[in-house]
Amino acid sequence: MTNLPEATQKKLGLVIDLDTCVGCHACVISCKGWNTENYGAPLSDQDPYGGAGSGTFLNRVHSYEAKPKDGPAQLVHFPKSCLHCEDAPCVTVCPTGASYKRVEDGIVLVNEDACIGCGLCAWACPYGAREMDAAEGVMKKCTLCVDRIYNENLPEVDREPTCVRTCPAGARHFGDLGDPDSDVSKLVAARGGFDLMPEMGTKPVNKYLPPRPKDQMVGEIDLLAPLLKPVAEETSGFMAWLDKTLEKI
Amino acid sequence: MGYQQPSVDTSPKVSDEIRQTTCYMCACRCGINVHMKDGKVAYIEGNRDHPVNKGVLCAKGSAGIMQVNAPSRLKAPLKRVGPRGSGEFEEISWDEALDIATEWLAPIREKNPEKLAFFTGRDQSQSFTSFWAQHFGTPNYAAHGGFCSVNMAAAGIYTMGGAFWEFGQPDWDHTKLFLLFGVAEDHDSNPIKMGLGKIKARGAKVIGVNPIRTGYNAIADEWVGITPGTDGLFVLSLIHLLMKAGKIDLDYLARYTNAPVLINGDKNSPEHGLFLRDGDGKPLVVDRETGKLTAFDKPGVKPDLSATHRAAGVTHKPVFHMMAERYLDDQYAPEAVAERCGIPAKQIRAIAGEIARVAFDEAIELDHEWTDFRGEKHKTMTGRPVSFHAMRGVSAHANGFQTARALHVLQIILGTVEVPGGFRFKPPYPKPAEAHPKPHCGVTPGAPLDGPHLGFVQGPDDLMLKEDGSPARIDKAFTWDNPMSSHGLMHMVISNAHAGDPYKIDTLFMYMANMSWNSSMNTKGVMEMLTDKGEDGEYVIPRIIYSDAYSSEMVAYADLILPDTTYLERHDCISLLDRPICEADAAADAIRWPVIEPDRDVRGFQSVLCELGARLNLPGFVNEDGSQKFADYADYIVNHERRPGVGPLAGFRGDGTEFGRGEVNPEQLDRYIENGGFAVSHIPEGANYYKPWNNAYQDWAVKTGLFDKPHPYLFQLYVEPMRKFQLAAEGHGDRQPPDHLREQIKSKMDPLPIWYETDQHGNDGFTVNALTQRPMAMYHSWGTQNAWLRQLHGRNPLYLPTKIMREHGFEEGDWARVSSPHGEITVPVMEMAALNDNTVWTWNAIGKRKGAWALKEDASEANEGFLLNHLIHELLPAKGDGMRWANSDPVTGQAAWFDLKVKIEKVAAPSESQPEFAPIKSPVGVGPKELKWKVGK
Repeated sequence: MTNLPEATQKKLGLVIDLDTCVGCHACVISCKGWNTENYGAPLSDQDPYGGAGSGTFLNRVHSYEAKPKDGPAQLVHFPKSCLHCEDAPCVTVCPTGASYKRVEDGIVLVNEDACIGCGLCAWACPYGAREMDAAEGVMKKCTLCVDRIYNENLPEVDREPTCVRTCPAGARHFGDLGDPDSDVSKLVAARGGFDLMPEMGTKPVNKYLPPRPKDQMVGEIDLLAPLLKPVAEETSGFMAWLDKTLEKI
Repeated sequence: MGYQQPSVDTSPKVSDEIRQTTCYMCACRCGINVHMKDGKVAYIEGNRDHPVNKGVLCAKGSAGIMQVNAPSRLKAPLKRVGPRGSGEFEEISWDEALDIATEWLAPIREKNPEKLAFFTGRDQSQSFTSFWAQHFGTPNYAAHGGFCSVNMAAAGIYTMGGAFWEFGQPDWDHTKLFLLFGVAEDHDSNPIKMGLGKIKARGAKVIGVNPIRTGYNAIADEWVGITPGTDGLFVLSLIHLLMKAGKIDLDYLARYTNAPVLINGDKNSPEHGLFLRDGDGKPLVVDRETGKLTAFDKPGVKPDLSATHRAAGVTHKPVFHMMAERYLDDQYAPEAVAERCGIPAKQIRAIAGEIARVAFDEAIELDHEWTDFRGEKHKTMTGRPVSFHAMRGVSAHANGFQTARALHVLQIILGTVEVPGGFRFKPPYPKPAEAHPKPHCGVTPGAPLDGPHLGFVQGPDDLMLKEDGSPARIDKAFTWDNPMSSHGLMHMVISNAHAGDPYKIDTLFMYMANMSWNSSMNTKGVMEMLTDKGEDGEYVIPRIIYSDAYSSEMVAYADLILPDTTYLERHDCISLLDRPICEADAAADAIRWPVIEPDRDVRGFQSVLCELGARLNLPGFVNEDGSQKFADYADYIVNHERRPGVGPLAGFRGDGTEFGRGEVNPEQLDRYIENGGFAVSHIPEGANYYKPWNNAYQDWAVKTGLFDKPHPYLFQLYVEPMRKFQLAAEGHGDRQPPDHLREQIKSKMDPLPIWYETDQHGNDGFTVNALTQRPMAMYHSWGTQNAWLRQLHGRNPLYLPTKIMREHGFEEGDWARVSSPHGEITVPVMEMAALNDNTVWTWNAIGKRKGAWALKEDASEANEGFLLNHLIHELLPAKGDGMRWANSDPVTGQAAWFDLKVKIEKVAAPSESQPEFAPIKSPVGVGPKELKWKVGK
């Protein structure tokens, strides 16, 4: 068993906008690239040119179809990585102390030197956000790019997780969710951001912004139809309207 | 265990060096920072200063590192030793390879230059490769536009002097309503995603018109799950509603379009339907002030949209009259089109209402003073913040040209092109069709062609026909079958060459075009044509030279392979002469440069052409003393001048400070590298909207070298060149179409947009629409089978709508036999609810041939993966009239991939997708069993 800190000074995390994510996987591959070269062991790939290939990813995008009672089906792209929970079950279950939550910013990390690859944390995580690296035998997970966000070798503007920096649609936001005045906290408040599976009691730091209501236009037909009132029923009437209107230009 | 926290190095060294170049994982041309460690590529991210992507990067871009280390990279020039298609080669030296190529090509050039067909696929150096082909002297050159998107490009340029895709963009900062048409997840990739992000952040609305609700359409606020091929009809219905309600911009139509231009109404005249013109050839309008006929561009003229002109007993009406007569007709009422389009009439009305509301009730004014080409000053710029964009889906039908035309007419009647909040061109556009070259086919043995191959015809006189009326080009581009085929017809080259129709060729030379697999219709047939032998035992297509960086399926079908480099190992220019990286507010171009050196015996294809051109003594490639003019492509990029002072790169010319025009600067590439791989020149404020008519923009464009004199023009709601082809079909003029094409030309070359159902002959029993699209993470990503990307999209089931799943009793994991009039495939299926009820689709080009791309034979792509291409033929089913009609747009020749109709039946699961093909021998072996790619220590 490993203890969680009693409190953290910040709650750094991601806010992911499901109304904007187009499911392009840019975040997935940028993450793969940075974390293959940086923190800990590389993210390896088994049988990368055979079968279907199977490698370690710290962030994946899933797609789900939603079928509203009225209106057409929808497709929701759902990026998922470690949510850096306040009550992280993956930490408390760790037998060696390898999994831990940082006091200064709340990031949940794995100390690979101490990880024995037992996999208990992956079982404990209700989100399936941890992946065992098959080549290295250690548990890999989102580090919130802890080696970027404070990195003095990077320009200040680049001190953010690589998935946020690369997201073409701007669907990913990074900041301190413990500070109610931060941009991310304000965004969560404005857009009704929600916790993933709150019933699990993990108190995830990452938040999701819900898709806005869709396919509402036909319902607004009474407001929109008057805009299309014909200027005339016949073509000759239209030409008369045209003449009259041109006089006014 | 008590709380313990190890220390973490939060400031590790990121890299030794950043080298900035241009991505080539797709057509988007983003700027990238390549982080180097120990001289190796360690990490790739977007370049924040770059005009295209401003720091972001898609999955393809970040996966570039797996492109550079791909096991499928070719290693050395190859000479075929086994039969074609076997994949049996021997490695040879570059000297030997170039000797062979010279030995084959030199005699052709001396006697019959047209016996070389040189076609480049997804080539980003078309202004260079076409220059080479022109100097060789063959008329047979084109890139892949004909099987991709020529409908959209040609419709845009003929209508408004610019098109969708990277030729223009919505005004993302001001638009309040965005309509996105057509299947395909991308183009251009990151800018659209960035733009959607901006729109979403403002809470503006997105309407997606697409049978498939994936990708961008998944985040659309309103989804229109249209029946494929009916977009044009839907758009004409919107035009009907908006015109009828008077929700059109009359001032814009009168000033900036040919709506007021008078059309010759004399039915007996050989000029019936052409513009009335003055003695200088200028189209005439009626001036509202004087009521007199006046040249359209006379200072002070107020063109009248309504007035007709009566002379010699004939009434000549303006274009706008003809539009009213056509589009106010109830055949375009929502109720009349709803069923065919698969869209409720109510939804069509609601969308038209929303467009009207935003365009007119939410109009915006920018405080920019500007002067138009008639000399009139405007205090502000009016914007109608409705913007449109279209993907290749609308393009890939045999009615795609007219559909794209209809879409542009819709934009124009709303007054929303080149205005704030609307659709904006990127330099070198706007540029009207008549300012582009016309096509050329004048062959002289041993000498260059008489001009550029491709261009924009203005009438029958510009067709590429021999004196006997037969096609001058192997692909039959610019003939009566498809007069406005501005991009050529790459998809017809192999079948025409095989058939010897219109003539036989000697050497087929191709670059980056996977013709024996996913880039051809009728894939199996193409393989047979490439390997077919005549009675003499020789191959029907005698010689094939192919250049590719990777072990693609096409490699096995060539006799000589010229291995190209990867994109990080080469020089390139993303040129204003070609398809640059401009933004609506700036002209910009870019380079690639070798951020790493190849570790194989490979050479950049363009550098190889510099040497081959010299060996063949092509005038553009040798000095006066006959020596090689350009040592390599980099030398050409810097020193070639297309016109005095205008070269492949616009930036850092002369003393290094000039943009656009300027002397050759030997230091130019260094300046580009210092500047992050690109150069930008911003369009001044006040010149950056209303560009086709804005004096300040026209002057800036001349100064920048985009053109040599100001060229203001009117948007062509009515395309006069199309009417000229109709006149010929009606019997006017000396150049006459063959009789069997007269009806087609009369009906399809309508100068005002129409919609027609594409030819359904032979489709009895085949009722389901079948489409393909590339996934976003692979769109236009032609390089290799990328180890990271294939984990995202290693499988491509056939997605079936819920209705078809239920009708046939399909369950997840079942297989289906899918047949068309041309063939059948057997493939795995999967349900998708967010899909048009009568449409099935799959991801394109996931399926791979065993032995290609350095994949193991058990790779999912080579087992469950499949291509729909097997179901699509380049010709339509026989009609019994003794002829075979092309499966393409009768205006442009664009391949009609998306007209495919199929029948679906449940079958027992086979061992793998059908048809299956024998493995080809890999010239590069297979990839490793495991990857742990970390280059730093």
